[in-house]
Amino acid sequence: MATSTEIQAAERSFQHHFASIEQQRDTATFGMWMFLLTEIMFFGGLFCSYLVYRHNYYEAFVEGSQKMNIILGAVNTAVLICSSLSMAMGVRAAQMGNRKLMVILLLITIVFGFGFLGIKAVEYHEHWTNHEFPGPNFHFETGDPAHPATDPLHTEIYFGLYWAMTGLHALHMIIGIGLVTWLVIAGMRGAYSPMYYSPVENVGLYWHFVDLVWIYLFPLLYLISHKHS
Amino acid sequence: MATAVQPVVERETYLNSNYGLKSWLLTIDHKRIALLYLMSITAMFWLGGFFAMLIRLELLTPAGDLLSSDTYNKMFTMHGITMVFFFLIPSVPAVIGNFVIPLMIGAKDLAFPRLNLASWYIYMLGAGLALWGFLFGGVDTGWTFYTPFSTAYSNTHVVTVALGIFVVGFSSIFTGLNFIVTIHRMRAPGLTWNRLPLFIWSNYAASLIMVLGTPVVAITLLLVAFERLFHIGVFNPALGGDPLLFQHLFWFYSHPAVYIMILPGMGVISEVVTCFSRKRAFGYEFVALASIAIAVLGFLVWAHHMFVAGISMYSALVFSLLSYFVAIPSAVKVFNWTATMYKGSVRFDTPMLYAWAFIGLFTVGGLTGVFLASLGIDVHVTDTYFVVAHFHFVMVGGMVVAYLAGLHFWWPKITGKMYPEAPAKLSALLVFVGFNLTFLPQFVLGYMGMPRRYHAYPPEFQVLNVLSTAGASVLAVGYVLPMIYFLWSLRYGKDAGPNPWNAVGLEWMTPSPPPTHNFDETPVVTWEAYDYEHQPQEEITVGH
Repeated sequence: MATSTEIQAAERSFQHHFASIEQQRDTATFGMWMFLLTEIMFFGGLFCSYLVYRHNYYEAFVEGSQKMNIILGAVNTAVLICSSLSMAMGVRAAQMGNRKLMVILLLITIVFGFGFLGIKAVEYHEHWTNHEFPGPNFHFETGDPAHPATDPLHTEIYFGLYWAMTGLHALHMIIGIGLVTWLVIAGMRGAYSPMYYSPVENVGLYWHFVDLVWIYLFPLLYLISHKHS
Repeated sequence: MATAVQPVVERETYLNSNYGLKSWLLTIDHKRIALLYLMSITAMFWLGGFFAMLIRLELLTPAGDLLSSDTYNKMFTMHGITMVFFFLIPSVPAVIGNFVIPLMIGAKDLAFPRLNLASWYIYMLGAGLALWGFLFGGVDTGWTFYTPFSTAYSNTHVVTVALGIFVVGFSSIFTGLNFIVTIHRMRAPGLTWNRLPLFIWSNYAASLIMVLGTPVVAITLLLVAFERLFHIGVFNPALGGDPLLFQHLFWFYSHPAVYIMILPGMGVISEVVTCFSRKRAFGYEFVALASIAIAVLGFLVWAHHMFVAGISMYSALVFSLLSYFVAIPSAVKVFNWTATMYKGSVRFDTPMLYAWAFIGLFTVGGLTGVFLASLGIDVHVTDTYFVVAHFHFVMVGGMVVAYLAGLHFWWPKITGKMYPEAPAKLSALLVFVGFNLTFLPQFVLGYMGMPRRYHAYPPEFQVLNVLSTAGASVLAVGYVLPMIYFLWSLRYGKDAGPNPWNAVGLEWMTPSPPPTHNFDETPVVTWEAYDYEHQPQEEITVGH
């Protein structure tokens, strides 16, 4: 089954403070889950702030949400879900020892990742030119300027959270693309085999987590009650 | 019996396995990384101590004469930030825990040795950022960074220092993550959860807080930085934000963080008390689970920092009640340590002296915490020196004393050398006397109404303040002494041998200092923790 080069590669990756390669794999995966737990708490602080202000300034949040480009957001959601699929298939390919397929699938994942960031950049540009960035140049008008339905300051908080949350998410995407690129390079050198693929598996977990954050961000930021009149 | 003359070959240890700066800066050996941490946090300790000294000197006289009020604000802020984030939080976990946890569980290293080294570099990066901010103007918000002062009004280096704390937070997250995974996955065969030393349990509990709490303060401080840089307005009422939200998010981490600053210390005390009483820990399971209970309850009490900040009466009531509950597991620990000593063969070595100091001072610190948890008293003493005295009893009287107990207890294991016993006992005495002289008067001052964070005060408070400053000087001598004799012992100390205290525990079954891979053979554990009853009662031969 395993070729001699695969066995050598697995032996090179074995760290001697572990009793066995199984223990090493278990430990790495457990560590990644713990890390994702810290990530949940990290984003949790932002989600908590979001919930507080959405509750306090619901109308203003609806107003802000109207400015979101739902088409681009939905396309991006689809792009990310596809990237998770290719990532999952890449992990499977690594598990099966199909090196070429793994590299191709990971490259597809990278392309999807860049696709997401590109579309996000278009949206950011749109908001930027519309002065929908918090700070002295922030400008926001609703309906009749003489009788604004909501306080623009509150909509500014919506946009502050929008930029902070999606910005941190985008930063995670950039880190994820870097990690997958590293997997591709190491994978082409034959570092992974059915005996040793935990980096692929764990970067996969990270990728799915970042994807999942977006799955929550999309409805929370883009889809707040569009029936509001 | 004739013995052949053997050439003396020096045994290979983690210290002499290779030499040179590079072998230290690129090491992935948990024992060497622990020493890197030891050196870094010691430097930060003296820096924080320097700020404390300036504070105490200013308070020697009622007039604000030594420091201007702005400089004084910066001093107590930088004292708090340095001591909390750069000394206390990493103290026992990153130094002693890093060194002994793998040894205690019979592992060759932590689960992620490279991550361990990375967390030291992250610590250094965070410390560098904070020092940069201190050096080029300082920061004056208080270590709590309360908004909107920190986001809208303070004209100091808030962003630099907050980013320093953000960065150092990841060092603590990675250390905690490494400990949790190590304790789950790397235990020696036979070392079940119920056989783990209590030091492991308490570090496990503290690691849970590091992993679950630290990310929240990280994002909170990041939002403070965003608010200063981009005016996102989340915490600024002038921009529609809510400063109370900041306090909720900040204390959601920073209250549990108080338990990061005490749980590992409690673990040290459990080790020391059992060893120098020659007895199994009384109620082992209860002490172990009390650590977990403190960690869990710690996440449910944060709003007791906000009783006068405008939270509703009902939530104040609930948080007050929940805060009382923390006293239960804490008391379980104190009672069980004293019960362990009861009818034990108690010895009076330096670590045990520190352990006694800990039990006494922690009890006072903990009980005054119950005072503060009750709403009526809290309203009276909020933001006074009563609060200052309370948390210094827990953090200095508790954690720093426990850290010193641990350093003395494991110093022979770390270096292979004994420290001199007489000056060590003297330093333990000086620390205890100096500490009480410094902080007992502050309880009185606070109760009489002296507010914290002012550089001037009415003349009638002077006597107690002079006492406090005098005590701080004694305390400083008590801290300088160990620094001197620990360094002295590296060269002149007697060889310690593998087990100078005749203690049980896997870390004492390997030579001192340990070889790089800790154990020549992976140990198999067939006994309970603290199995002193079945241990031959040999005389302790070294160190007197």
